[in-house]
Amino acid sequence: MNKERKGFFAKLKEGLSKTKQNLTEQIESVIFQYKKIDDDFLDELEEVLITSDMGVETTMDIIDYIKEETKKRKLEDTLEIKNVIKEYLVNLLEENQEETVTDKQRVILVVGVNGVGKTTSIGKIAYRLKQSGKKVIVAAADTFRAAAVEQLKEWCTRAGVDIIASEQGSDPGAVVFDAIQAAKARKSDVLICDTAGRLHNKKNLMNELSKIFKILDKEFSEAHIDVYLVIDATTGQNGIVQAKLFKEAANINGMILTKLDGTAKGGIAFPIVNELKIPIKYVGVGEQIDDLQDFKAQDFVDAIFE
Amino acid sequence: MFENLSDKLQNALKKLKGKGKLTEKDIDTAMREVRLSLLEADVNFKVVKDFIKSVKERSLGSEVMDSLTPGQQVVKIVHEELVNIMGKGESKLKFNPNDITYFMMCGLQGAGKTTATGKLARKLKKDGKRPLLVACDVYRPAAIKQLQVVGQSVDVPVFEMGDKTSPLTIAKEAIKQARKHGNDVVIIDTAGRLHIDDDLMDELVEIKNTVKPDEILLLLDAMTGQDAVKVAETFNSYLDITGVILTKVDGDARGGAALSIRNVVDKPIKFLSVGEKMDQLETFHPDRMASRILGMGDVLSIIEKAQDAFDEKQAMELQKKLKTQDFDLEDFLAQLQQMKNMGPLDELLEMIPGLGGNKKLKGLKVDEKEIVYTEAIIQSMTKKERINPSIINGSRRKRIAAGSGTTVQRVNALLKQYDEMRKMMKRFSTMGMGKKKGGFGGMRLPF
Repeated sequence: MNKERKGFFAKLKEGLSKTKQNLTEQIESVIFQYKKIDDDFLDELEEVLITSDMGVETTMDIIDYIKEETKKRKLEDTLEIKNVIKEYLVNLLEENQEETVTDKQRVILVVGVNGVGKTTSIGKIAYRLKQSGKKVIVAAADTFRAAAVEQLKEWCTRAGVDIIASEQGSDPGAVVFDAIQAAKARKSDVLICDTAGRLHNKKNLMNELSKIFKILDKEFSEAHIDVYLVIDATTGQNGIVQAKLFKEAANINGMILTKLDGTAKGGIAFPIVNELKIPIKYVGVGEQIDDLQDFKAQDFVDAIFE
Repeated sequence: MFENLSDKLQNALKKLKGKGKLTEKDIDTAMREVRLSLLEADVNFKVVKDFIKSVKERSLGSEVMDSLTPGQQVVKIVHEELVNIMGKGESKLKFNPNDITYFMMCGLQGAGKTTATGKLARKLKKDGKRPLLVACDVYRPAAIKQLQVVGQSVDVPVFEMGDKTSPLTIAKEAIKQARKHGNDVVIIDTAGRLHIDDDLMDELVEIKNTVKPDEILLLLDAMTGQDAVKVAETFNSYLDITGVILTKVDGDARGGAALSIRNVVDKPIKFLSVGEKMDQLETFHPDRMASRILGMGDVLSIIEKAQDAFDEKQAMELQKKLKTQDFDLEDFLAQLQQMKNMGPLDELLEMIPGLGGNKKLKGLKVDEKEIVYTEAIIQSMTKKERINPSIINGSRRKRIAAGSGTTVQRVNALLKQYDEMRKMMKRFSTMGMGKKKGGFGGMRLPF
């Protein structure tokens, strides 16, 4: 299991190189197939983009942008298109990027559907913050899934941070409430709250999430609250619906894109940013505790297209 | 699952239905819409291409063009082709008739392996087997604990050796344990892994070569995008899987994976895992699924669910009561509880033919709470009151409302409904229909 640790960028690139093979190779094959920028070429390109999980709407936006730029810059050769797409994607991501700057105590509420890697991401975020000298408390508010609390405890031990937990089956709101008291008393810099995975179309579970969010909002009003949605890079078009409904329930303002070390393109991140203006905050590229990094638009797109 | 896809497909095809004659252009336009809706549903693009091609070819053939209702014919072709790409008939699990049967579960991280493993164990146990679960996920923190909790909840033993032993050794020891304890099915839960992680994939191959499983089941998240096919292809090339369990089907994903897998890797989908409760594992029927996608409903599944949930003896008794009009609130309560056993009501509604695509019913969320209230109200009544509701006067109503945490209005509404129901039943039995109407057939239910 103990593989040599690689630098993060190398890892992202390595992970995304599979993404690359899919996306760039496909784009390139279309580019070489057609020399001139015409409707046939754009049709084919459209298909490639849709099949990278970017969705119909975002794909259409990209195609429109290509058409405009082609006219404006008088482009003719399809070879130039790759850069145009890249440019569009970087712009899209950067436009929606914003840094969290605050001198208040912070709360990060982590939400998402089942199995996207919430608990693992929290372990990694806790580790990162701890390494940068912050005092971190983690709240184990996934009281539903079997052994979720044990899993989080293990991560917290590895990261060397405190955890507030209760038994499986107890009220997640109560755990969060206790954690807020602890964060206040111990003057933590960041409180990270884990939540149970829930499908966004389950009304009751989403109500429960709203309740957790309200508790934070009310009981810890002096803190800066971030709600991050974890999205599995393999997710298809359903990711957009997920983001929409989680936004309604808990006002998410950031996204963590996980499992980018697989072959998935993470293409779903683009329509989510495009349609819902939710910035990507972190990307996860592996199972080790340091396999999580701040998101940088240029690096991300470069890694896809290099 | 499939709701959105089925909406879009139905819209695309609706335009064809009314026409007396179809031109090639009509079909082209419809197929373009069908194509986009399939792509948006994450169906693999190669599958979409083939699908459109064969539907189009057949639609332009004489079976459609010469038909009086060409639109209907196209719908029929789409249905058939949908069944075609999903595979024919249900695919049963394979058991070893002479020795212990081995199942191996594998998949990406977070696909829902452990949950589905628990569900499968429960199903096997219900079918009279003696399953043993084996915890081979030694990597993820607390994975073993999770399997133990799941095993406990379905009352199936779990074999584990901690997280310091290699999965291969655990699997070997598990076999010995199964022999000693007389287990006839061994289900091996493995760690989630990326299909491109060669070392971890080799580990699975080793376990496979040692254990020689009768079934190697790949767990796949129904929400997966275009990557689904790649994952399945890679797992299949390493392990030659025998089938797929699609998980998180209770989400609103459009189910593209379900439509692509069979076609690309030529392995059947065996089960759908539809929720977090241990009894939510459904057998996959391609034909029924195709009907559901096209809004034709799925009566067979409703009947099966009913058969599963209803106790035959109780049903007979109820029928007798209906005829003699002895039906009291006690029976009413028993019925409600059986209904609840059938699963979430909105899921059931979707399966009723004609309702799936019904605009008015769309977005209608059946509030399960209503049933809970009704239950609480009846449970707050005395035995006497339940058998003879006419004695429930004002002060009794107040007491019942307080006891159930509801309002007098709710109690009134329930009693009124009960009254109406009795009247209706009276009509039925005088019409001689009492015989046919077993179960909850003609009754108005309190929601």
